Parts: sequence; C-alpha cells; structure tokens
Amino acid sequence: MSVCKEDDPRIDGIQSRIRVVPNFPKPGIMFQDITTLLLDPKAFKDTIDLFVERYKSKNITVVAGIEARGFIFGPPIALAIGAKFVPLRKPKKLPGKVFREEYDLEYGSDCLEMHVGAVESGERALVVDDLIATGGTLCAAMNLLERAGAEVVECACVIEIPDLKGRDRLKGKPLFVLVESQ
Amino acid sequence: MFAAENGLKGDPRLKGISDSITVVPHFPKPGIMFQDITTLVSNPKAFKDTIDIFVDRYRDMDISVVAGVEARGFMFAPTIALAIGAKFIPLRKPGKLPGEVISEAYELEYGKDRLEMHVGAVQRGERALVIDDLVATGGTLSAATRLLERVGAEVVECACVIGLPEVKGRCRLGGKPLYMLVEPRQ
Repeated sequence: MSVCKEDDPRIDGIQSRIRVVPNFPKPGIMFQDITTLLLDPKAFKDTIDLFVERYKSKNITVVAGIEARGFIFGPPIALAIGAKFVPLRKPKKLPGKVFREEYDLEYGSDCLEMHVGAVESGERALVVDDLIATGGTLCAAMNLLERAGAEVVECACVIEIPDLKGRDRLKGKPLFVLVESQ
Repeated sequence: MFAAENGLKGDPRLKGISDSITVVPHFPKPGIMFQDITTLVSNPKAFKDTIDIFVDRYRDMDISVVAGVEARGFMFAPTIALAIGAKFIPLRKPGKLPGEVISEAYELEYGKDRLEMHVGAVQRGERALVIDDLVATGGTLSAATRLLERVGAEVVECACVIGLPEVKGRCRLGGKPLYMLVEPRQ
C-alpha cells in the first residue's frame, strides 16, 4: 500500500491541518505548508504514529532525514523504532568527511551530503521528508545511502504531489505517503 | 545552568551523551573546535536519553509551545514537543517560512543574520521553550526569545544540549533561564 488508507480516521485530521500557500516561493507554486500540522499536537502525533506503525517491525536501522523539514519528522520516527537518525544536509554544513550527491533542479543543480561512516554496509534505511514533488531530492538521498552500502527499504513522506510523478524517479523503490495533494 | 548542577549530578546518562558528541577541529574555520551532534542522534540510546532528560524537566511546567531553531534545533525540539503535548514552532532563516512572518536580527561574529517565525503560530500568554543543539554567545537564542515575546508568549526557559564556555556559570540569558546538558568536549 503506497498511500495510506483513506479510511484511517487520523488521515482527515492530518490533511485538514496542511495549509496551502499560493505563489510561494514563486508565482504558480501552491506551497504545501506543514507548519500548521505541527501546531496541532494530536495531528502531529498521528502523523508520526502512522509511520511508526508501518516501520517498527521492519528491522529498520537508519532513518535518514532531508534538511530541513525532514529533520522534523525523521527523529521522532527514528527514536520510536530504535533506529539511528542520519541528517542529509546542504553542502558544507556537515563537518568532516562526506559523500556528496548532485541533483538537478528546474534551473541549475543542488547538492546533498551525508557523513562518511554514518551508515554501515548492509543497514536497512528509510528516507524521510515532508513532501515529494519531482523526486529529485529523494533520489539523491537514496543514492547517498546506497553509496554507503545501505539498502533503502522505502521512502516516506507526509505529502505527495502525484502530478509531478516523483514516485517514478525512485529507481523502483517503494514510496509511502499519508496524503496526496494537487 | 548545567543539568549536573540542577538535580542530575552523577546521572550516567550525561556521560553517555557527552561521549557521543564528536569534536571536529578547525570547522567551519581554523581555531573552532566544532561540537558535532550527528554522532549523538545516530546513537539511539544517547539520543533517547537526551530527549528524556528534557521531557522529564518540562512535562509538568504547562508548556504549550516548543520552538526549535533551524536546523539542528529541529532534530531535538519536535520530539520534546510531542512528548509533552505542546505545539512545535520552527524558527527559520529568512525566506523559508511561507505566509506572514515576523523577523528578528541578531549578531554573528562577522555580520548579522535574521530569524523568522510565523504570525499567528503562538498566542499571547502561551508558555514557551526555545531549543537548540548548542549555545555559544547566546545571540541566536536571544533573537528567538525576542520573537516569542513580541507576540506575547512567556519564554519559560532556553534549553540546549551543549553550553560553550561563554555561557558557563550563567544561569540566565537575556533575563531568561538557560538549561544545558553538557559542556563541550575537548
């Protein structure tokens, strides 16, 4: 099941707490703002619980979160399932030796980094972010984990924008989301 | 004040937390001994102990807002908020939060930066915590405190995992209590 069951009673509450902000960060983009979800302790807890219920028996040892909104959802999930939390960061934020993965943006490119040694070969990993759009960032995140020898079990996001077909850029890996948005 | 001076003297969790932090010399520039908490968050026991210590301290203080400073504060604050039933408020670099924000400037060693908070996220009279991974000069925490106070919240305490020597011996920052778990590793 790659989208959370619509009849789970918690989903309505979560979906209704997400605020759409038009024309941010630029004209034409309908920005999916999760900060309003974080203002509702029950809805935020339900969000984390839905991910924890799915992953707690799957022997996940690494939860990788993408800077910065992935840092909000990743750690509570990691702590609840007893996994490490590994931050995937913009360039030059992580001290010491890093793996670096470039990926394309609509205009230009960006980079994601992960510490060398954060993840060991054979570990089972989740990638967590607030939202999947084109899938470029998630794909870069998966590449970082695989370069360190980890197995990416699944990508997990609160929100998917299905029209952008990010799901197809995940190299065949499964994607689990709680809500879909237009 | 440090946790060891305030009820947790000899608590074995503190040593475990301190030991899990990695010192990276000369990052981001020569002379700085960078306190890297990524090895703490990748150590499930040390990470859980860190959160538990904060949660035990704050759960009965009627806190309704936990504000976390981007980006490393985001790794700690949301879990604390969830455990004590409070809202989580991200305090962010300029231009990241959509919609209406208020903004507060603070000094860096060279130059200035700004911190932003959503208008309407926090109500007058709410009791708030500010969380970050580390406090050095206190500039960022002071800016965070001012943002919350501007909307009428009461900042009950600022809390960090690590307190640098500039704040050693200080129990307050800008008039607000300051709580830290450990000193920097050498």
